[in-house]
Amino acid sequence: MFVVVAGVLIGFFGLRLSRTTSDFYVASRTVSPLWNASAIGGEYLSAASFLGVAGLILAYGADMLWLPVGWTGGYLVLLVLVSAPLRRSGAYTLPDFAEARLSSMTVRRTASVLVVLIGWLYLMPQFQSAGLVLRTITGAPEWIGGVVVAVAVAVNVLSGGMRSITFVQAFQYWLKLTALGVPVVFLLIAWASDDVSQLPARDMTTWAVPLAGGREYPLYSTYSLILATFLGTMGLPHVLVRFYTNPDGRAARRTTLVVLSLLGMFYLLPAVYGALGRLYAPDLVTSGRTDEVVLILPARLIGGTLGELLTALVTAGAFAAFLSTSSGLTVSVAGVVAQDLLGGGVRAFRRATVLAVAGPLLLATTTRSLPVADVVGLAFAVAASSFCPLLVLGIWWWRLTSAGAMAGLLAGGGLACAAGLATIVVGPHAGLAGALLAQPAAWTVPVAFLVMIVVSLATQSRLPADVARIMVRLHTPETVNVNRGDWRPRS
Amino acid sequence: MPGLGDRPRRVVVTSPRTTATKRRRYPGTREIDEQTRLGVVYIRSLVRTQLRLALSVCTALACVVLGLPLLFLLIPELGTAQVLGIPLPWLVLAGLIYPAFVGVAWLYVRQAERNERHFVDLVERR
Repeated sequence: MFVVVAGVLIGFFGLRLSRTTSDFYVASRTVSPLWNASAIGGEYLSAASFLGVAGLILAYGADMLWLPVGWTGGYLVLLVLVSAPLRRSGAYTLPDFAEARLSSMTVRRTASVLVVLIGWLYLMPQFQSAGLVLRTITGAPEWIGGVVVAVAVAVNVLSGGMRSITFVQAFQYWLKLTALGVPVVFLLIAWASDDVSQLPARDMTTWAVPLAGGREYPLYSTYSLILATFLGTMGLPHVLVRFYTNPDGRAARRTTLVVLSLLGMFYLLPAVYGALGRLYAPDLVTSGRTDEVVLILPARLIGGTLGELLTALVTAGAFAAFLSTSSGLTVSVAGVVAQDLLGGGVRAFRRATVLAVAGPLLLATTTRSLPVADVVGLAFAVAASSFCPLLVLGIWWWRLTSAGAMAGLLAGGGLACAAGLATIVVGPHAGLAGALLAQPAAWTVPVAFLVMIVVSLATQSRLPADVARIMVRLHTPETVNVNRGDWRPRS
Repeated sequence: MPGLGDRPRRVVVTSPRTTATKRRRYPGTREIDEQTRLGVVYIRSLVRTQLRLALSVCTALACVVLGLPLLFLLIPELGTAQVLGIPLPWLVLAGLIYPAFVGVAWLYVRQAERNERHFVDLVERR
């Protein structure tokens, strides 16, 4: 019980410590790339990264290593294809970018709807995971944890919290790194000094080999997962907003480089938990509660007061993960909803916050629990099938038209959403159809690109008038004195 | 006609203008602002250079990332090989690939900034 309270308090107050203000007005523009990058990393590492990856690795073995690789590699793709031009566009949100590039309100609104859907798909597993953590530690029924986190997030955002100052989110990253990293040291020591032959025999052979055991259609699932994670990162709502805190395009690139390093450092850890979990906690696989492995291992391997302290540490890290990512996501989603769908203003923001939180909470409590990293993977798939083509083609291709963008967003985003909902609501299906629906990116992403390109080429007569000016704005270094047009973000 | 043994007279064929460099009438930034043909060429070439860089990084990334599963499929011995007691797939996917990403990213940032410096020199030079 003490563990729960300590964990929740650390996570919650970590968020409330400094009075939250919009990053516009804070001097975070002059903050060093390391702080900025820590803040991005802190917000990015959700429950899926903290708990879910280790759980999936425990359950399915080497194939699941691609998940954290993809989440990190996604930042590399973002760096290379999107970072500097996106910062130079001046857009604060993804719908902003859609409007800036295409001068079209309909595309902007479609983008807003997609932001909400992606946000919901990302938030739902955070709430479910919180319920799981609470159940593991205290035995409370699952839905309570979700409600606790949802309410905490809503309260935090509604009470004037626009966005946590860079420093607080940066603190969250280092907290999570410590919460996962310190126990690992003790766990490895305990494992090394343990007599492994005394443990009952485990099936380590197929588990440790890629594409061997685990899931059906491993090659398809692996490729689809790779596509979703590498291409979806750029389309997540809470990622783009953090870009704006960089002073210019060059800084955006450099910060992204640092983020990459921080994420890489963090993601070295879950695999260790997964592997140790295979040795010491295989019962989690049979009971279907693999997401708990990170929480259970310290107590199992070490025990005593040290084990309890370490458990408290990882619980704090887990709650930090839920709260920081959920808050960041809620603010981004609520901001978009309030601005584009509800007409803007403080009242609209409040209603939007409730909406942003209630939807996923409803889904979380009424559908059965899927592994958190799987559902987050679906959010990535939708982002990869909608915003990735929009960003990539919008930034590098002169001939994109608003009709093409609309068609692509609807086709890719719609298909991926449908597949995602089919998997979540109706439950994982069996066979090839199940694999296609659970990991849709391999077919939805190419479809989205194709549709966007073909429809754009077919509607060349309706090209936005100032494409050349927009391209100047996106690609010219800020030091050069040129006319960049006078579009400004509405937010 | 000159005699058979005579060589043809040597004639200067270069124009005196080649010894003088032609000065540009406007700075590159003005060409870009007014979207003259030259301005468009400047911008398009910048975009093309950066795109080429981005695509080469992506292609290299794709080869590694898409090739590894195929490699593990076609050469099962790689899946079970061990290095220092750690299975090879784990060493790569849970370890080495992260520093590799950072290394590639660092090289990319260096080159992208170099491209931009060249562009700035080009358009700001009179």
